Amino acid sequence: MHIMEGFLPDPWWQIWFLVSLPFIIVGLYRINKLVQEKREVLPLLAVAGAFVFVLSSLKLPSFNGSCSHPTGTGLGAVLFGPCITAVLGLIVLIFQAIFLAHGGITTLGANVFSMGIAGPAVAYLIYKAGTRAGANTYATVFVAAALADLATYVVTSIQLALAFPGATGFVGAFTAFAAIFAVTQIPLAIIEGAVIALVFKYIVQLKPEILTRLNLLSESTIQKLREAAA
Amino acid sequence: MKYGMELAVAVLIIIFAGIFLYQNGVIQAGLGEGEEAWGGADDGAADLIEASGYEPWIEPFWEPPSGEIESLLFALQAAIGALIIGYVFGSWQAGRKTA
Repeated sequence: MHIMEGFLPDPWWQIWFLVSLPFIIVGLYRINKLVQEKREVLPLLAVAGAFVFVLSSLKLPSFNGSCSHPTGTGLGAVLFGPCITAVLGLIVLIFQAIFLAHGGITTLGANVFSMGIAGPAVAYLIYKAGTRAGANTYATVFVAAALADLATYVVTSIQLALAFPGATGFVGAFTAFAAIFAVTQIPLAIIEGAVIALVFKYIVQLKPEILTRLNLLSESTIQKLREAAA
Repeated sequence: MKYGMELAVAVLIIIFAGIFLYQNGVIQAGLGEGEEAWGGADDGAADLIEASGYEPWIEPFWEPPSGEIESLLFALQAAIGALIIGYVFGSWQAGRKTA
């Protein structure tokens, strides 16, 4: 999903910076509030960020002969919502842009939007809808994380198609980019969803009080999940 | 089942690896001299854009000088993340035991 340095012309790179900026500001504000009011959840925030670090560094071979990487943002999105996850994504993307020439400084806004905002927003909404509907928690986390990964790449395809509609127009260009990204990504999204669901299980087992503190799961749901695992 | 989910994830990863090995066999057999498969999708998109005649208007100010150094930095990135995850989960586990 990384749009490489210089691969977004005027005015697109500026537009994506402007679109991403409010989410980052709200995210920083919310992190600040967490630090002041719920210090005990900070280790979980560190884990969510660390997950983005690990998963986005793993370039995995997919089924069509090319490699891509998961995003790892699903966990942060489910736990803390898309704005805070946008800040986590920003940190990773800056690391990769500066040290690895992977992504870029000028394309940072667009990459933050796809990986840090759009994907996590999808995960967050799915998790909220799933818990409200009373669906199995782990299944909900799986679907949320997998679709966050996929949504990120769909958004990257949209961003590139908007900037480079070419002769075929937006739809044709979108199809071409999506064929490169999205198809590669489907198997990786499934793996990512499964791994994040597993980590969620460990959080439920080891530190359930953090999840109630964040109003993510009720005491009774946690009780049920822990009994099922015992 | 206590480890049902671990088992499901393990099976999923094994299936994933199995399909990769099979696919790799097919792709390698059809590859010409000097061609390389399993490139990055990000580069694939960049190639598609460059094929339309677009020139990136700015270059990265620093690029890892070789594939080895690039993989070093990626490994470092993963190691930082893994350290944090291990530390936090470890301290939670220890906290439960003493509690």
